[in-house]
Amino acid sequence: MDSALFHRIRRRVLKAAHFFGLFVAMSLICLPGLWVVLNSFRPTVEIMAKPPVWIPNELNLDHYRAMFGGIGEGGVPVLTYFVNSLVISLTSTIIALLVGMAGGYAFARYRIPGKGAIFVSLMVTRAVPGVALSLPLFILYGRLGIIDTHFGMILVYVALNVPFTIWLIDGFFRQVPKELAEAAEIDGCTRWQAFWKVEFPVARAGIASAGIFAFLTSWNEYALASQLTRSLNSKTMPVGLMDFTSQFTLNWGGMCALAVLMIIPALLLTFLVQKHLIAGLTFGGVKG
Amino acid sequence: MADVVLKGVQKNFGALAVVHAIDLSIVHGEFVVLVGPSGCGKSTTLRMIAGLEDISGGTVQIGDRVVNDLPPRDRNISMVFQNYALYPHMTVRENLGFSLHIAKRPKDEIDKAVAAAAEILSLTPLLDRRPGQLSGGQRQRVAMGRAIVRHPDVFLFDEPLSNLDAKLRTQMRVEIKRLHQKVGTTIIYVTHDQVEAMTLADRIVIMRDGHIVQIGTPLDVFERPMNAFVATFIGSPPMNLLPATVHDGQLRLADETTMPVPPGISVRNGRHVQFGVRADNIMPDGHAMPPTAHMAHVDMPVTLTEPLGTETLLFGTLAGTEVQAKMLNPRPVKPGEVLRFGIALDKCHLFDAETGASLRA
Ligand SMILES: Nc1ncnc2c1ncn2[C@@H]1O[C@H](COP(=O)(O)OP(=O)(O)OP(=O)(O)O)[C@@H](O)[C@H]1O
Ligand SMILES: [Mg+2]
Repeated sequence: MDSALFHRIRRRVLKAAHFFGLFVAMSLICLPGLWVVLNSFRPTVEIMAKPPVWIPNELNLDHYRAMFGGIGEGGVPVLTYFVNSLVISLTSTIIALLVGMAGGYAFARYRIPGKGAIFVSLMVTRAVPGVALSLPLFILYGRLGIIDTHFGMILVYVALNVPFTIWLIDGFFRQVPKELAEAAEIDGCTRWQAFWKVEFPVARAGIASAGIFAFLTSWNEYALASQLTRSLNSKTMPVGLMDFTSQFTLNWGGMCALAVLMIIPALLLTFLVQKHLIAGLTFGGVKG
Repeated sequence: MADVVLKGVQKNFGALAVVHAIDLSIVHGEFVVLVGPSGCGKSTTLRMIAGLEDISGGTVQIGDRVVNDLPPRDRNISMVFQNYALYPHMTVRENLGFSLHIAKRPKDEIDKAVAAAAEILSLTPLLDRRPGQLSGGQRQRVAMGRAIVRHPDVFLFDEPLSNLDAKLRTQMRVEIKRLHQKVGTTIIYVTHDQVEAMTLADRIVIMRDGHIVQIGTPLDVFERPMNAFVATFIGSPPMNLLPATVHDGQLRLADETTMPVPPGISVRNGRHVQFGVRADNIMPDGHAMPPTAHMAHVDMPVTLTEPLGTETLLFGTLAGTEVQAKMLNPRPVKPGEVLRFGIALDKCHLFDAETGASLRA
């Protein structure tokens, strides 16, 4: 066979195989999500049908309507949960980022005695499963009287996220050559200006990804929130999902509808911040 | 006017002393090159002048101010880094104007200064690109542009050319020299490349292990090295050094070859020395070496030749030591061929065998 033709065919086949592989992988990842979205739009009968119905016969907004409806008719205080989630997640993310930036920068730039040990112990705190902490935290919070408050939840999530933000941001600042800040200082900046005008913008892609990470952790966290919140004061959306369970029944459709509402802001935020994640911008300032 | 004066400047990193009490005065407008092998403390010295490194002892004076405790921004210096350190998130224009922007200068003044610097360095067509979209040589020019925009008292260069390929390096070397002629600002330039040092400097400062070994004009240090280290460091190829002993006014090499002690050097009998001769001063007979009254002759087998076009380097073995000689108006030489070489003794040096110090008064 003509070898050029052979190579062309081979390349096509490889490409097709590549796409097929990606398709399978993405389906595996996305299918549960799609199922959730699908279920939120169709009647409970169809959700529960055995064998499962793949192609929906009827799509409607009943579950959404019911969810936003009165308390008696299967409604839940979605808006309150949403606001709680948003306030708690955003505030804790911002604090975790600020602490992470201070800590990460210090780790990346200064000689700190026992740096390795501090680092490891930060990471070890993350090895403790959240649930194991819930009882001690519950008792502690009970004594302090901060159960079921925004403050309490923010505190937990900051503590949860700070080790990771420090670790991530340290890595990003390490990649920013220290000569950049030195050049800025020579160009007339104070140490503080050099950080904000040069090092921070250069590392901001990394900081943004640390931010997304922290936000999603708080936004999706369930185990601790389910122990430490109990009323509309502070219940977050993941905890709110449990409103759809009762002693004998599970309202799958409603749960899926709320889950979709939970996913949307997370997706939006990721897309918005992703713009900053284009790492290409940060390279090329120095000859490596 | 900005003279730069270092008095007893020291730097310790913890217990490790890397710069030992350096004294150096640089007059306004001078182009001074710090040169020395890797790790000898050149960058550290430069960074102390810049204010990027604390000074452990002594004083640094720029103009009539002692700047030891001033942060870099108050020293009115600019610096070009080895890796350029351009701000990757800014365009070339913003990079160039950054210092003026920080100084809160009016926008039209910044534009004018940036345009002028871009013109000098032929950066005008690149002003709207980001550093990531530039070639190595272009980045290098942006780094220089950023340094000249603000008309500092002193330019500091830390091996600015070492990331460029050989051809571009030669080209930028000329540009830097031209720039200095144009702006006339004091320049302190660090390199470990002796060719750069020789070609650029008004004065060369040769450093070794945190000490200054010799300061002088390029010709000074080339013709009158104070010790064997400078002799081998400056000049290409490095000066040949042959162990020898002095007997009755004669030098005796390791293989009993004898020749007169170079004129103008007095040395007592029995002293162990190193005999230093550059390739330019040892040439095969009849190869256009300017005739001098003080010639010595040796026979030496040639082991290897390196033709360079107008001249050829000859590698030979003399008294057990490899020696490089030069042949002008070259002819083919076969390895193994024994040639008779003439040595221009009046251009030769003697160094103490132990201390390496030059024995020329
Ligand atoms: N932050 C530091 N901590 C400890 N030692 C250091 C530090 N910076 C430099 N040194 C040491 O100081 C010595 C001089 O370093 P310097 O960078 O000044 O060398 P250099 O002459 O510029 O060499 P090169 O030509 O390789 O750039 C080296 O031995 C180096 O290991
Ligand atoms: Mg250096």
